[in-house]
Amino acid sequence: MMRRVVITGMGIWSCLGKSLDEVRDSLYNGKSGIILDPVRKEMGFRSGLTAKVDIPDLKGILTRSQRAYMPEQAKYAYCATVEALRNAGIDQDYLDKHDVGLMYGNDSAVDPAVRAVDTIREKHDTTLCGSGAIFQSMNSTVTMNLGTIFRLRGINLTVSGACASGAHAIGLGALLIQTGLQDMVVCGGAQEVNPFSVGSFDGISAFSIREDAPEKASRPFDRDRDGLVPGGGAATVIIEEYEHAVKRGAPIIAEILGYGFSANGDHISSPNVEGPSKSLRMAIERSGVNIDEIGYINAHATSTHVGDTNEAKAIYNVFGDRRIEVTSTKSQTGHEMWMAGASEIIYSMLMMKNDFIAANINFENPDEDSAKLLIPNRRIEKHFDTFLSNSFGFGGTNATLIVRNIK
Amino acid sequence: MEKQELIEKVNSVLAEEFEVEESIITPEANIKTTLQLDSLSLVDMVALIESEFGVKILPADLAKVQTFEALYDYLAERV
Repeated sequence: MMRRVVITGMGIWSCLGKSLDEVRDSLYNGKSGIILDPVRKEMGFRSGLTAKVDIPDLKGILTRSQRAYMPEQAKYAYCATVEALRNAGIDQDYLDKHDVGLMYGNDSAVDPAVRAVDTIREKHDTTLCGSGAIFQSMNSTVTMNLGTIFRLRGINLTVSGACASGAHAIGLGALLIQTGLQDMVVCGGAQEVNPFSVGSFDGISAFSIREDAPEKASRPFDRDRDGLVPGGGAATVIIEEYEHAVKRGAPIIAEILGYGFSANGDHISSPNVEGPSKSLRMAIERSGVNIDEIGYINAHATSTHVGDTNEAKAIYNVFGDRRIEVTSTKSQTGHEMWMAGASEIIYSMLMMKNDFIAANINFENPDEDSAKLLIPNRRIEKHFDTFLSNSFGFGGTNATLIVRNIK
Repeated sequence: MEKQELIEKVNSVLAEEFEVEESIITPEANIKTTLQLDSLSLVDMVALIESEFGVKILPADLAKVQTFEALYDYLAERV
C-alpha cells in the first residue's frame, strides 16, 4: 500500500501578499495584483502589463555571498520557504538531523544570463561578470540556493515543465514520499518577474493589451479576454509522510490524494482537449475520490482564447453537468507560470481553510464553452473539503493535483 | 585622483560591498583575510575595482596584491 502524503506547511511571496494572511485577504477581497509597467513600454514591449512583486531585501538576513548567488526568484523562494518551514514547525536543527528533499519548479533564469552576456560583449572579459552570474543564471538556481542555505541533504532537483513546473514538482515530491524514498520534501514553484524574462513571450502576442485598465486585463474564461498577463513570485509547501507527520506532532492541514499527468504530443503552444482530460481523469482515478466529493476546481485558465476554451471543454468532458465552482485565480494574479502550480495549491488551500471561493474577477460574459461551467464572478461563501487544481504548459505538458482537507 | 582620495574611495567601496567595518581596513592588512574573501568573492572584488576605478587587476598580478597598501599602489599607477 502506498504511503499517505500530507501538507504540513505553506509559504508564499506573491503579488497578492508576502504572507499567507495577506494573500488570504487579497483573495477574499478580489484584489488584482496587476499594474502597467512603464519600463516595459520604454523597452518596446507590445504589452506593459505585469504583476507587481517586490524583491525582498535580505541584507542582514543572509550573508553577502549567499545573496550574490541568488536571482530574484530564489529570493522569493527563500521567503516563501522560511514561512512554510515555520508553519510546519521545522527548524534548522531538524533539517540538520534529517534527510529532507527539495523539488522546486523553475524554468528560466533570464535576467542574470542577459546581464552576464551584456558584460562580456561590452568588456570582452568574463571575470567581470562576477561570481554570482553562473549560479544565478542556471535553471536549477532555486534548488541550488535553497539547498545550500537550508543545508538540505535529500533529493535536490529542479523541475522544468513550463507552466506546469510547480504542480509537477509537488506531484513528483509526493511520489517520492509515497514510495518510501523520502519522508519529507520541500516543494514549490518560483517565477522571475523582470522584463527580460518575458520579452520574447510578449513578442508572440500572447499578452493582454488592455493597458487602460490593468486590473481588468486578466480575465480567464471571459468572452472578451485578449491574452494573459505575466506574473511571478514563489510558493512553497512542505509535504511529508502521514505517520512521520503524526509522530513529530506536525500541524497536518491537508492530504495530497492524487497526481495526474499527461502530454498532448501535439502543438508546441496550442493546447488540445484530450491531453488535459487525460490528466484530470488520471488524478481522479489515482486519488480514489468520488467525483462528487470535489467541491472546487482551480483552473489553469490563463486568459488566452484557445487555452481557456480547451480547458473548459476538458473540465466539461470529465465533470459533465455537475455544478462545481470553477475559477482561475490568475484573474487576480496574472499567470505565475513556473510558480503557478504551487501557488494555486496554496490559494485553493487558503480558500478551503477559510470557507470561501474567491471570485473569478473580470468574468463578465461567458463564451460558448465557459457557459457550461459554474464560474462565479463574485466571492462565494462555501465550505468544501476536496479540490482539484490544473496546470498546463507549453509543449503540451499537463498536471493535475487533488487535495483533501484535514482538520 | 589624489592618492589619499583614492585610498578613501577604495576603503569605502570595499567596506560597503563586503559588509565590513571600514575601520578594520589598514594599509598593512591582508585583503583576503580582512574582507573574508574566498575564491568566488575574490572575483567580485576584481569586478568591483574595475567597475569603480576602470582598472582590471590582471590574474598574473593578483597574487602580488596581497595587502591594501599593495592595492592602493597598483591602482595609483593605473588610474
